[in-house]
Amino acid sequence: MVILTGALLIYAMGDFPSWADPASPAHNHVSPRYIEKSLEQTSVPNIVTAVLADYRGYDTMFETTVVFAAGVVCFFLLRIPRKDEPTVRRYRHTLTGMTIRVKETRQIPPVLEEFERIDTLWAPHDLIIKTCCRILVPFLQLFGLYVIAHGHHSPGGGFQGGVILGASMILLAISHDLRTAIGRMSERVHAILCPVGVFIYAGTGALCMVLGLNFLDYGALAGILHVDPVTARSHGILIVEIGVGLAVMATMIWIYNNISSKGKYDEGL
Amino acid sequence: MPDLITSIVDYYNYLIYVILMMIGLYAMIAKKNLVKKIVGMNIFQTAIILFYVSIGAKKGATIPIIQHGHGEGAHEIVPSVIEAAEYINPLPHVLMLTAIVVAVATLGVALALAIKVYNRYETLEEDEILAQIRET
Amino acid sequence: MSQHYPALLVIVPLLSALLISIVGWLNKRFCFPIAVAALSVSLYSSVGLLLRVMDEKVILYFLGGWDPPWGIAYSVDHLSALVLVVVSVVALLNLIATQKSVEQEFSEKIGAFYTLYLLLITGLLGIVVTGDAFNLYVLLEITALTGYGLIAMGEDRAPLASLNYVYMGTIGACFYLLGIGYLYISTGSLNMTNISSILPGLYDSKVVLAAFIICIVGVFLKMAFFPLHAWLPNAYTYAPSAVSSLVAPLMTKVMIYVMIRLMLTVFTPAFTFSNLALSNSVVWLAVIAISMGAVLALGARDMKKMLCYVVIAEVGYMVGGAWLGNRAGMTGAILHIANDALMTLCVFLAVGNIVYKVRGYAFEDLKGMFRKMPYTMTGLVAGALSMIGVPPTCGFFSKWYLISGGIQAGQYGFVAALVFSSLINAVLFFRIIEIGYYEPFGADHGHGSSPVRMAEAPLTMVVPLLIVAGGLVMMGVYTGDIITHIIEPIIPPAIGN
Repeated sequence: MVILTGALLIYAMGDFPSWADPASPAHNHVSPRYIEKSLEQTSVPNIVTAVLADYRGYDTMFETTVVFAAGVVCFFLLRIPRKDEPTVRRYRHTLTGMTIRVKETRQIPPVLEEFERIDTLWAPHDLIIKTCCRILVPFLQLFGLYVIAHGHHSPGGGFQGGVILGASMILLAISHDLRTAIGRMSERVHAILCPVGVFIYAGTGALCMVLGLNFLDYGALAGILHVDPVTARSHGILIVEIGVGLAVMATMIWIYNNISSKGKYDEGL
Repeated sequence: MPDLITSIVDYYNYLIYVILMMIGLYAMIAKKNLVKKIVGMNIFQTAIILFYVSIGAKKGATIPIIQHGHGEGAHEIVPSVIEAAEYINPLPHVLMLTAIVVAVATLGVALALAIKVYNRYETLEEDEILAQIRET
Repeated sequence: MSQHYPALLVIVPLLSALLISIVGWLNKRFCFPIAVAALSVSLYSSVGLLLRVMDEKVILYFLGGWDPPWGIAYSVDHLSALVLVVVSVVALLNLIATQKSVEQEFSEKIGAFYTLYLLLITGLLGIVVTGDAFNLYVLLEITALTGYGLIAMGEDRAPLASLNYVYMGTIGACFYLLGIGYLYISTGSLNMTNISSILPGLYDSKVVLAAFIICIVGVFLKMAFFPLHAWLPNAYTYAPSAVSSLVAPLMTKVMIYVMIRLMLTVFTPAFTFSNLALSNSVVWLAVIAISMGAVLALGARDMKKMLCYVVIAEVGYMVGGAWLGNRAGMTGAILHIANDALMTLCVFLAVGNIVYKVRGYAFEDLKGMFRKMPYTMTGLVAGALSMIGVPPTCGFFSKWYLISGGIQAGQYGFVAALVFSSLINAVLFFRIIEIGYYEPFGADHGHGSSPVRMAEAPLTMVVPLLIVAGGLVMMGVYTGDIITHIIEPIIPPAIGN
């Protein structure tokens, strides 16, 4: 069956234009106008970002929604509600090696560092890795913000920057443990940040609709931002890219948390 | 015979994606482990993305960012005439950004489902799961 | 505001889904009212669009202010408006009817459930409205992802069934994407009307034929057309009852809409039906689908699985009718989209009520249902009559058009399969009615028959069911009007008689 499908595809290849031919129909119909006009119409030199966020911005909004939906699905499927968690926790005092059993959902607060939990999946922490990653994480986040903001002039944009930002938090979760990362950025925060990111995108579109033009027509923002419509498009693109970056970052962290801890949020990899 | 060789060399980028797609499809159908099927699905989607990106190439053209210098203030120095033949086609790249994100989202959902299946049946092999189902 | 209806239709559920997701973390009681409000706005917009489309022929809406093909355009014509109204009505009724069972099953994660529900509806509405081929792919994936998640929260075998659905659904969507790529490489555009204006010069190219086949195969995978149907019975049976009464009527029908849209708008009928080998083989596949669905439904051991096989047979009706190549067949197929959505909603809602009260859906659980839950069983009987094809319910009229189309096209196998499956449907549903009616509950314990009290499902579950059952009869009565005003303008005169 596989060979049949492959044969069909190869047969259809017969009429393809050869590779990298500048005269093929795919290049001649729609794209020349994108290339030639996008700078004067949107004042954004990166044509890919201009097409992605302005000409075909509607697609990008739904793509962000896809990412959000994947995060919600992972949460919906895997998350075990907090009252189902085990009521007995065991701790071990690092200095003396004594184990304690704490019952009835009382817990020793995590600030007391001499006690470590040993009932959940537990991996020893390596000091070198912990320190290196702690130093790296702020630089990662700075680079992620740079990628989002410079989507206009160099390759980059919301999705790429969002993934880098998300990776910085996941690095924290991998090198330390999941509870440290959740302590830094709790579940409620990133679960609310995700729809807020998509809301920025859709809200910008709805704002344009309310201001009179069609949905996602950034020219309508010119009145609010006090610039001419062309620059308003550039600013509109930046706003939606920020929204996309937020949503992607929050979803990456959310999906990682849910999958790696199998919904229990107590210990990851 | 030389005809066949020229046609293969001319269209080799398309041949590559067809072979990759067939590998992915075969993995999804023939393998019994659930995770291997998920990996096959990802290979399949990647092959399609490769196909689209290879549509957008043009001979001798550069990346689709309009070359500009940075002047003082807010004005940038741009070339006066922007020729379409100098930049590769941006549209397939845009479409594939979307497709990659969708592929990643599907991968996440598939993995979450695989975890749920594992929680229930304690195994990821399809025949063992079917055997367990038949017993109940 | 009324010129923004096409955008409102899709944006309001999307924004409300986001709102529900945020609110669900703070206070769970607001989720349901927001969802109802959003779907009511969608229903209002879709009805408004239908009325506007009947005046102007096609409504165009340019998103982002860019003209197509450089921007994305919505194009609403009669077909889209009809399917939009159907989808909105089904979604709203289902939401109200399943509120109680959702609260019972998902009390903790209600915010997430309604978010996914509204995202699914957003995707479906968007698929119907859009006029851009790649936008359709993205919306298809939203629909699919939320569907996978919703189905997997069912009972025991649900995650495995959903995982199988993931595999096959992803292959289908990727085939569709591949077909769009082939079209792009030969025409250079992604807008549907634009492609159809460029294509006539290219009809004998192999790429276009391959693109057509690949797109159609992808859509067949997603609508569970034989032989690619293997995922549907398990996925819809083990899903939670609130979810199966949502996806069973809608997902396959919207895929059939996509197929008809591809056949009629993108590849104009001149091309679609010119290749006789293709049309004939599809009709024969439809014949096999119908007969096989009917036979397997006879062998099913519980109600939901039987209904899933009936759904597969119904898909066969619509695909076969569309590919017959004449006006009557296409009319029957389009009419059947609307009718079948309502019929499937009716029977699945009835089964959902039964599951809510009795906690099971095997045939034995139906004993004495007529005494215990008379209103639910009335709805079930109405849906059953419509599926069999008894006048004046709407099912009769769509079958009439399909049969006359089959006779006109000379496809007697199709006609025979239709009649055969109607008979088998009659057998199936009378069997259920007999179990429900003639065996009083508890009488075989031999302790004397205690009077059976009515233990009907709550009002919010029964009223929508009765509304749908009444709608079935009303659709049947108004069929003539619907066909002349809405369906006739859809079919281009290029299809021969």
